[in-house]
Amino acid sequence: MILVGRPEDIPLGEAVRVDASADSGVPIAVFNVDGELLAIDDTCTHQDASLADGWLEGCAVECPLHAACFDLRTGMPSGPPAKTPVRTHEVVVADGYVYVRVEAPVVDPVPVQAAAQAEAGFTAAGLTEAARIETAA
Amino acid sequence: MRTVAVIGGSLAGLSAARALREQDFDGRVVVVGAEDRLPYDRPPLSKEFLAGEIGVDDLALTTDDDAGLDLEWRLGDPAAALDPRGRSVVLASGREIAADGVVLATGARARPFPGERLGGVHTLRTLEDAVELRGDLQAGSRLVVIGAGFIGAEVASTAQKLGVEVTVIESDPLPLGRVLGAELGAACAALHDDNGVRVITGAAVTGISGDTRVREVRLAGDRAVPADVVVAGIGALPNIEWLAGSGVDHDHRGVWTDAEGATNLPQVVAAGDCTFSHCPYAGFERRQEHWTNALQQPAAAVATLLGRSPAGTARRSAPYFWSDQYGARLQFAGHRLPDDEIEILDGDPGSRRFVAGYRRAGELVAVFAMNQPKLFGKWRRQLMPRHATAAS
Repeated sequence: MILVGRPEDIPLGEAVRVDASADSGVPIAVFNVDGELLAIDDTCTHQDASLADGWLEGCAVECPLHAACFDLRTGMPSGPPAKTPVRTHEVVVADGYVYVRVEAPVVDPVPVQAAAQAEAGFTAAGLTEAARIETAA
Repeated sequence: MRTVAVIGGSLAGLSAARALREQDFDGRVVVVGAEDRLPYDRPPLSKEFLAGEIGVDDLALTTDDDAGLDLEWRLGDPAAALDPRGRSVVLASGREIAADGVVLATGARARPFPGERLGGVHTLRTLEDAVELRGDLQAGSRLVVIGAGFIGAEVASTAQKLGVEVTVIESDPLPLGRVLGAELGAACAALHDDNGVRVITGAAVTGISGDTRVREVRLAGDRAVPADVVVAGIGALPNIEWLAGSGVDHDHRGVWTDAEGATNLPQVVAAGDCTFSHCPYAGFERRQEHWTNALQQPAAAVATLLGRSPAGTARRSAPYFWSDQYGARLQFAGHRLPDDEIEILDGDPGSRRFVAGYRRAGELVAVFAMNQPKLFGKWRRQLMPRHATAAS
């Protein structure tokens, strides 16, 4: 588990960033949503930006750069520009400290996404046959 | 309405196609793209992609969800003519698409540097442009960037990181002065200095010389700057020439639309970089060549086309753009006029980490931030939707 700090270090409606460590591999952001602590990977899946710097609206955070929104409970993006979810993490409060449990090692979601796109005929690199795409001869 | 033709296969076109389905249009959607590629993200072309940090696949804008939208793509075949009633589109190949509704989203292209094109002289708009430019950016070579706007500054920044010796030439007395005002333009110009990039301001480029490849960039006053590579970042032109004779009102500034994307023809709407649209926030017509506009404007245009009442609030919010250069994150929201007063809201420009506001008669009308995304987000939300009644 990764130590975040004291609960009072994360005020209502705010977030803290925990720098990448050997345990997490990547920076983690912990949000205080109406007293509930929710943790996700800190880096936006669209482009390099810290979601802890984002705007908290209800249970979603809006990326400070391009306004991609992520649900803090599921990690799912609500629409463009983000295409892939952020990982969510369990938050544990024990003995007056906040911890984050990072379950899986860091996996790069891009290959999965690319495979799905290729299957559906969607790749910017080369057009595949599956989709209804016609190009000029 | 049975068939809608979306003319343009980039961010605005894709956003329009998605909006058609989100707004429950269940007829045919045909998306016409001039480039032989599915929509891809252009902002990284001057940054991560040019630096070789990400690849072509990373640029894809489409996701597997789009495969469920039942879109018909006509790629690599630009639209060549729109018939005067807006009922059919003829493509360059001669093929014709009959449509009940048309979304114009043809975007813009880089303004070329006038004159004969020598080897090593580039503009940057498409993925192919970026690939070609990257091939020329060898460590130790000399790059001259014409135009110190955002594209020019981003290219300079990326090239400098690749070990290229960079000179930026700007005709104005100060880079970005017209966009940000003198004080903050100077703050951005300092980023070039910080990183050893030479900026020559107030200099008019009179020509580019060389045999088959560029050798030097000539400046007024018989000066010349030696160059192995040149990038002209001197603006963009809307892709509207094909609309000649169509009856759709347009000029060199773009396709004329209201704030909701309506043109003068009821069955034709327009969105994105090709438009010259009423901007409710600014209170007048302008072309907004910004990524966020290309993302958001199509939904309003599609609602107009389908006769739905658009969710107007997003259109009235402050325009927004960003730029990343030399590791600094620049963000701007709102609309600035030359007489607006600048107030530093946090930090100071010398520290390269600050937020500045623009006030007009005391009211905050725009915000600029350098390396302060979190505070920028807070201040951006202080910008009030403007001219809301005038546009409705």
